[in-house]
Amino acid sequence: MNVIGKPRRRVDGRAKVTGQTRFADDIVLPRMLHMKLLRSPHAHALIREINVEKAKQCPGVHLVLTGKDFPVTFGILPVTQDEYPLAPEHVRYVGDPVAAVVAKDEKTATEALDLIEVQYKILDTISSPEEALAKPEPRIHAYSERGNIHRLQAFEFGDVDAALAKSDHVFEDLFFYEGNTHLPIEQHAAVAALDGEGKLTLWSSTQVPHYVHRCLARVLRVPASQIRVIACPNGGGFGGKCDVCNHEMVVAKAAMLLGRPVKICLNREEVFYMHRGRHPVLMKMRTGVTRDGKLTGMHVQTLVDGGGYGSYGVASTFYTGALQTVTYELPRYKFDAARVFTNKPPCGPKRGHGTPQPRFGQEVQLDKIAERLGMDPAELRLGIVAKPDSLTANWLKIGSIGLAECIRQVVARSDWNSKFKKLPYGRGVGLACGSYLCGAGLPIYWNRMPQCGVQLLLDRSGQVTVFCGATEIGQGSDDVLVAIVAEVLGIDPIEVRCITGDTGITPVDLGSYSSRVTVMMGNAAIQASQKLKDLIAIAAAEQLEVAPDRLTFANGKVFFDNKSLSFMEAVGFAEEKFGTLGAVGSYKPPRSPGRYKGAGVGPSPAYSYTACVVETDVDPKTGWITVPKIWIAHDIGRTINPVLARGQVEGSVYMGLSEALMEEQVFRRLPPKLSSALVHKIPSLLEYKSLTSLDMPEVDTVLIEDPDPNCPFGAKEAGQGPLLPVMPAVANAIYDAIGVRIDELPITPDKVLKALQLKAQGKPARVGPEHFPAVPYPEPLIVPPPWEGGDGKEIKKNDAAAVV
Amino acid sequence: MPRTLQLGLSVNGEAVELSFAAYKTLLEVLREDLGLTGTKHGCELGECGACAVLIDGQPQLSCLVLAAECEGRAVETVEGLARGAELHPLQAAFADLGAAQCGYCTPGILMTAKALLDKEKTPTRERIKEAISGNLCRCTGYQQIFEAIEEAALRLEHERHR
Repeated sequence: MNVIGKPRRRVDGRAKVTGQTRFADDIVLPRMLHMKLLRSPHAHALIREINVEKAKQCPGVHLVLTGKDFPVTFGILPVTQDEYPLAPEHVRYVGDPVAAVVAKDEKTATEALDLIEVQYKILDTISSPEEALAKPEPRIHAYSERGNIHRLQAFEFGDVDAALAKSDHVFEDLFFYEGNTHLPIEQHAAVAALDGEGKLTLWSSTQVPHYVHRCLARVLRVPASQIRVIACPNGGGFGGKCDVCNHEMVVAKAAMLLGRPVKICLNREEVFYMHRGRHPVLMKMRTGVTRDGKLTGMHVQTLVDGGGYGSYGVASTFYTGALQTVTYELPRYKFDAARVFTNKPPCGPKRGHGTPQPRFGQEVQLDKIAERLGMDPAELRLGIVAKPDSLTANWLKIGSIGLAECIRQVVARSDWNSKFKKLPYGRGVGLACGSYLCGAGLPIYWNRMPQCGVQLLLDRSGQVTVFCGATEIGQGSDDVLVAIVAEVLGIDPIEVRCITGDTGITPVDLGSYSSRVTVMMGNAAIQASQKLKDLIAIAAAEQLEVAPDRLTFANGKVFFDNKSLSFMEAVGFAEEKFGTLGAVGSYKPPRSPGRYKGAGVGPSPAYSYTACVVETDVDPKTGWITVPKIWIAHDIGRTINPVLARGQVEGSVYMGLSEALMEEQVFRRLPPKLSSALVHKIPSLLEYKSLTSLDMPEVDTVLIEDPDPNCPFGAKEAGQGPLLPVMPAVANAIYDAIGVRIDELPITPDKVLKALQLKAQGKPARVGPEHFPAVPYPEPLIVPPPWEGGDGKEIKKNDAAAVV
Repeated sequence: MPRTLQLGLSVNGEAVELSFAAYKTLLEVLREDLGLTGTKHGCELGECGACAVLIDGQPQLSCLVLAAECEGRAVETVEGLARGAELHPLQAAFADLGAAQCGYCTPGILMTAKALLDKEKTPTRERIKEAISGNLCRCTGYQQIFEAIEEAALRLEHERHR
């Protein structure tokens, strides 16, 4: 291969280092106005009255909008259309938008917000999952399953209780993973304008222009054909720009009403309110093992704090269980989950989407299991790695697995065997693994259409232009697209122009989420490129008087032996023979074998695998944790551009370590006399701690290539999976260093000191959740695993015994 | 206080006469009045470093500097970094070595790194870490940024000996 696998400057690299990349807030249009949103200061309240007259009279103000202007709800998932662009009567978190002002500049708009008078009837605040379970009233959403429980899910794949009863050991542990946020350095921005034909264009920092397009049509009651959404390059996404946002709807409406361009850019505090970040999850894990370290069954229960709206929450909740079966062989599996509504900014998808929380729990528990069994944690894992080309207990189809090699690599490179349990007190190493989707098997809204389309145009000047709805969020999707087209056509990537993320001119791609772009866009791009390559080969073959299948496309030439045409000449002959040259390609993931209700979350064309070793240095006097080095090996299937792939892996290590040690989205109550509000403790970049360049350790990265047949040139994802093992590896390394278990994230010095204190008092040296509240999980859906005679469908409970 | 101010300063080596609203920060004047949107904002509170520019050769957070303070001073932004069509060695190294992922923090880090390399020809990894510790990057994990600055230092050294 000439392009794939070679280190290259990314196609958009020059624009990014010259300041030419045009982010949404960099767009300036003639006659453009500016919008600001008025947000609720209360965590939970009813709006009695809004008076906007004074704001309307303010010089420089062009428009004031309230909930009355937006009768239609929206939401990213069809089952949770629970948000209004501006809340008409019920606000559900501090920051819920209630009104908008459009003015000549941002300053005037901001000042006019103060002139809007809102009378609220304050309701009790539901602040935590425990409170949500205990208090069905005041109800945050009328549509929730019961009281303030948004959603309940329960599945059983084989009789787990029976499996645990027969196990040599059963381990039961509670874990807690605090919520945290994406913190992209770019704040969300959007610009809306009517074009010369009177149609709406919205430029936005979004990861999902297609879903924004659909929601705008619904909310504005305008045919989708009259709306164009352009996803600007995102200044970081990490899932934070995956949801459809209030401000996108409101700014679009304002531009339509005023006939002038309108811009909004959220300030940093508003980005914290927008959130849609990592759900706080309390977990209970019961796992059975044999004395030689094989898993016999696992029962996972999760309690998920959803915040004020649905967002992706139903899917996130499924993901707190769905992928627990993909890493290791697990004969039986039971999973109960509950998502509750609380009066906090809505949670949604952040890098790893629902999976990092249970992955943390399972990998720490495996460390405890290895210790009890007297096994090395790496050896234990090597003995249970899932098998390639297999089905899991919950009917997910696994393809290639490079995990064993990942484990061997990090063990060797970190010198694990001479460090684990052998370093002096205060120093330790920890190991953990993970696995992740390469794209969700099903689209967010039910349809049988492709999840990604690519269109390719060629002409006699040798120009190659590729169009795709995929969204560049920094991960390098434009570079992947260009590399694949260039590889198939045998040309230099510099010859390919790529146009992406524009619903007006590019074929639909569902968006940059679930690590789906390389696999889905890549497969579609290969298909489109191959179609044109075949036509060019036929025309070139006539000229060169050889059979088309003997021609090679490489280095800008089409050739056989010493007969050759330049790519441009060959395209010219093809244009002469076949007319104007264009082709499309599309991709839809293979159908998953699971047939039960709920089987839609978890399937993927392929799964990536990662292993990680973290070394820590813990000061027992202060609890301060230093991480000198991290070793990571990621099974990427095939590397498209090693510079970018390494960047994705190391960026994941960075974000994982930051979550492990400091990132947390936490809230505090104001004194009850003052307000019932639950306010963000730290809605600023200064107080929301994240790792700086001084905190970041050296990272040793290895890419393992175990190509997957479902993937383009075998290439799997690299943007999310490598985050998963980092947090548990940190926790395990701290145990190796000082012998205390911190079963919750983040692991801060105060928790380390508390655990050391408990140890000194002769108590269990553990800090973590002590109690799992009673959750009214429903009777599980019973689905026998593939090896117990199932066919992927659920069965009635009475039939379960017969099948087993 | 007058509603608009008039003053002269140098931006990327060119003399500029400006009239702007008195309350504006240098960041706002660069982006809104001069159309130099290469300089970014992430917080407007001096927390993220995305808006770093050079003022008289020193890295400064332009969101914390009033434009009114810049009379007669020399401001350098990312737009002025390249030498005509040719990238500055820092820019080339950032583009080649993966130091810019989403690219949003990149202009601020490039300018901060330029100030470092203008003063120190071959800074150690530790010095580089210190120099950019006020610039947050959420994408890269910083490794490739460190490497790009080291590579740029080598390329600049090579230029000097050419």
